[in-house]
Amino acid sequence: MDTQVLTTFLFLTVVAATVGITFWASRQTKTAADFYSGGRSFSGFQNGLAIGGDYMSAASFLGISGAIAVYGYDGFLYSIGFLVAWLVALLLVAEMLRNAGRYTMADQLAFRMSQRPVRTAASISTVVVSIFYLLAQMVGAGSLVALLLGVDSQAIKNITIIGVGALMIFYVVVGGMKGTTYVQIVKAVLLMIGSALIVVLVLAKFNFNLSELLGTAADNSGKGEAFLQPGLQYGATLTSQIDFLSLGLALVLGTAGLPHILIRFYTVPTAQDARKSVLWAIGLIGAFYLMTLVLGFGAAALLDRSAVDPLEGGNQNLASPLLAEAVGGGDGSTGGAILLALIAAVAFATILAVVAGLTLASSSSVAHDLYKGVIKKDQAVSEKDEVKVARIAAFVIGAVAIALSIPAQRLNIAFLVALAFAVAASANLPSIIYNMFWRRFNTRGATWSIYGGLVAAVGLVLLSPVMSGLPTSLFPDSDWAIFPLNNPGIISIPIGFLLGYIGTVTSRDPAAEDRFTELEVRALTGAGAEQAAQH
Amino acid sequence: MTEQEQAERHDPIYDRLHASPEFTELRRRYRGFVFPATAAFLVWYLLYVILSNWAGGFMSTRIVGHINVALVFGLLQFVTTFGLAWMYARFSAQKLDPLARQLDAEYRAGGDA
Repeated sequence: MDTQVLTTFLFLTVVAATVGITFWASRQTKTAADFYSGGRSFSGFQNGLAIGGDYMSAASFLGISGAIAVYGYDGFLYSIGFLVAWLVALLLVAEMLRNAGRYTMADQLAFRMSQRPVRTAASISTVVVSIFYLLAQMVGAGSLVALLLGVDSQAIKNITIIGVGALMIFYVVVGGMKGTTYVQIVKAVLLMIGSALIVVLVLAKFNFNLSELLGTAADNSGKGEAFLQPGLQYGATLTSQIDFLSLGLALVLGTAGLPHILIRFYTVPTAQDARKSVLWAIGLIGAFYLMTLVLGFGAAALLDRSAVDPLEGGNQNLASPLLAEAVGGGDGSTGGAILLALIAAVAFATILAVVAGLTLASSSSVAHDLYKGVIKKDQAVSEKDEVKVARIAAFVIGAVAIALSIPAQRLNIAFLVALAFAVAASANLPSIIYNMFWRRFNTRGATWSIYGGLVAAVGLVLLSPVMSGLPTSLFPDSDWAIFPLNNPGIISIPIGFLLGYIGTVTSRDPAAEDRFTELEVRALTGAGAEQAAQH
Repeated sequence: MTEQEQAERHDPIYDRLHASPEFTELRRRYRGFVFPATAAFLVWYLLYVILSNWAGGFMSTRIVGHINVALVFGLLQFVTTFGLAWMYARFSAQKLDPLARQLDAEYRAGGDA
């Protein structure tokens, strides 16, 4: 069977299924609460699946397995950091946020701070983080489709990026949170089944002996035992070791500051359901990241080095789909064609679910925080108008993401996502933690920590080797890199926390301190928290 | 700051609930679990990152076949994450939820009065 025909068929099936779900969900989306939070009527289990679908992105499925396939053990840090990070969300954030907020990340700050400054700041950082994250997904979609069509054509990659952008705008505009959630649930199930299938087939090639798989990967990598040890990618110099530490910090502290994850906690009726969702999500995400280990080392063991190593002209983002083809019987075989098409369709569904979540988070924040909370603060805004603005914002954000993705295609997608995590950990996490646990925290502290963390993280990336100075940079022919690290977290996260502290102790905001009493009671007990819609 | 944009002064029932011994106990239990637990998993995770960076020899020690300390250490991070999540689920269901429900019920009763 012809791979292209089969792949095209499966891709269209994924698109048709998600479009159908979206239309169905749109008929149940009437109020603003439906659009933003799906009426808060999802169960803990459903939301746990949706969180998995929102979180396990192209960076996880394509990026991590690619990083392990090329750099061996060092790629595994992503899996570990991405999972351990969920403990921050579980223990410190999920339940209290559910009780304290309504629709967006900014709500819990606006609860006791001056509305305009904190909503503006939180909305800007929501949009910046989401766009960084969107870039990674869309770049992944471009390379995936080009691989399947068997042509390394820039035009096809660009068309794919535009198509994915158009679809994500459609999901959000038409389906709102309900549509997005169901797309994410379907994707989570497909991703787990697809990955498990490849993992079993890979392990079967090695008689289910992990050690044998690792040994073959090490031999085939040309690096020997060093491939299985830490340090291949990051161990060369002190600078790269500090970069590794910086990445590790950004991963573990970023998750609980990602706006598209945070708004998922609003989709359940109670804080206990928010906790249950995170527990399900941890189980699902943990199982998936264990599988990335087999996918990555499997690709290293079974694929030709030149297929995945960028130094030999390969594309590391394609390790998983190529591995599927290899275990199905290889290039040209029917089994290989079927599995390649299947895994590519799973990856495509993965990307669509994540970009929908990101677009929803950022457009919600533009409508609810910037439009209703800041621009029209002193006027009544009808729910209908607010949701209309959210839909328009989804268009604009989608267009910006498309425009920025096209030049970003040279970068590894796990790495791009790590930058989004660094920005989230620096700009968003400090104010969330301070707000929930520190009565004295106030408006100046919140805005300083958000803007400070944001400017530090983005500024350091602009001055880093990611942008210029190296052959792998976005602008390889120029060199203005004065900051040596690829990941800014180790500097920008402390800056976010420190500025939040300094801003707070240099100003007083008695109303914010007073309102902390209500915030704390509400966050811990649920007294007065938003209720689920009655349908 | 001259302009106060915050919402109106809150319902006094929150002050009463906040001052109640049940709430103090709920907050004490919650913080008593999550603060040490957060410190513990962050230290454990950073230990892993630091050992990967600066204790390559130790991490590269082979245990059986091609399976080395680094891999086992990484897999242990999964085990501790699952374990801590499970412990928190049990703790909160037994020690936190009953108190939170009681306070929420008082709030609802007070709100209706």
